[in-house]
Amino acid sequence: MIQLDKVNKWYGDYHALVDVTETINKGEVVVVCGPSGSGKSTLIRTLNRLEPIQSGQITINGQDIHRRGLDLNEFRSHIGFVFQQFNLFPHLNVLENCILAPARLRGLKPAEAKARSLALLERVGLAHKATAFPSELSGGQQQRVAIARALAMEPPLMLFDEPTSALDPEMVGEVLLVMRDLARDGMTMICVTHEMGFAREVADRILFMDAGQVLERATPDDFFNRPQSPRAQKFLSDIRTPFAVEF
Amino acid sequence: MLDLIHDYWLYFLIGQYPNGPFGGLGLTLVLATSGLLLSLPLGLIFGIARISPFRIIRWPITALVYLVRGTPLLMVIFWAYFFLPSITGHKTDQITTMLTALVIFDGVYLAEIVRAGILGLPKGQLECARSLGLGYFEAMRFIILPQALRSMLPSLVNQFISTIKETSLGYIIGLTEVSFIASQINTQVLTKSTQVYFILGLTYFVLCFSLSRFAYWLEKALQRTRSQKAAA
Repeated sequence: MIQLDKVNKWYGDYHALVDVTETINKGEVVVVCGPSGSGKSTLIRTLNRLEPIQSGQITINGQDIHRRGLDLNEFRSHIGFVFQQFNLFPHLNVLENCILAPARLRGLKPAEAKARSLALLERVGLAHKATAFPSELSGGQQQRVAIARALAMEPPLMLFDEPTSALDPEMVGEVLLVMRDLARDGMTMICVTHEMGFAREVADRILFMDAGQVLERATPDDFFNRPQSPRAQKFLSDIRTPFAVEF
Repeated sequence: MLDLIHDYWLYFLIGQYPNGPFGGLGLTLVLATSGLLLSLPLGLIFGIARISPFRIIRWPITALVYLVRGTPLLMVIFWAYFFLPSITGHKTDQITTMLTALVIFDGVYLAEIVRAGILGLPKGQLECARSLGLGYFEAMRFIILPQALRSMLPSLVNQFISTIKETSLGYIIGLTEVSFIASQINTQVLTKSTQVYFILGLTYFVLCFSLSRFAYWLEKALQRTRSQKAAA
């Protein structure tokens, strides 16, 4: 479904993505992990062109996403993106947050868009909050609404950029559960996350990144039990035994 | 001073109307209000152009903003008064001239308010709207501007206050707004300059002071809803 071919990105002199070549299949759940600044978020943001790339090629469903004449808005409307900071629209209530894009872009009738959004809110367990404003929700609830809002466009692909990193610890679980259910329903998902439990249980494949390169691509079992690269071995031991750092 | 008010209050409020041109404090308020309302769309366009990703749009508007901000309003009024007729070919009346000058001048200041209002929002809002597939202008219209305008309200009231004071410069082109009327009264009465201009000053002050209290109240009210929301 997605092919990256020798993708390179620089921020000024900083080489953020180095010759990234990768294939992601339909229905696959891929978790991207790695230390801060390793290029995980940058990678996922290039996939819906929130970040431009300087060289290489990205194709989705056989089409180069940087080709001339691409309708960028139409293209983006088929990719769900969930941000670390939720980014709910604070002046709209929960239901309006979900309805806006499908009503504007898919030409749905208001009643239709409303019914669909309510069904999705039901799915993330928040139908009873439909008329609440984002500021009245907890972080976990906001993120679940953000997921429902992305799903309202019925995208075949969902991208998650550290969806639980801005949450209080007790709210991480509710968001991960929604994501797990989504994965079980067969959604193609790419998740940048530090939640190793989620990676182990839900991911089909794990990409480990460091310094803009994908160092490791493995099943969760292989990655957690038999990491190949020294960098991945160190990363895993650091998160398992955080107090073993030598000063 | 009371007899002064007693004799001239109606003239002070509406000028010679209905036996002559409408003027006085009424004209001042009409000018300030319509000036602000008309410059609002201009300010929106300029403000958005100021942060446009396209240089070809951003640069000329930025230049215009700097040009007008670096010029006293009096200059802009003179331009409107002398320059405008030379391009349109016929003489414009004082109200239109003043309004033109005010709209250009305010439009530029509003552009900066709009720009600050938009840039004050978290970057993720636009990014998120775009990631859903909304175009730039759709995102502006439905997501960015409704939020930005709300936070701009106190600044808009402050701009309105400035505009009220700015209309006094219409005096220079013979516009019968309240300062002009006051000086007319002064010429008629001759002996009470201090009182006449004291009343004029007091009028401006009461108007602008109450508006600036209103702006302050608005600011607090907005902050309150924001912190209430944050606390909830």
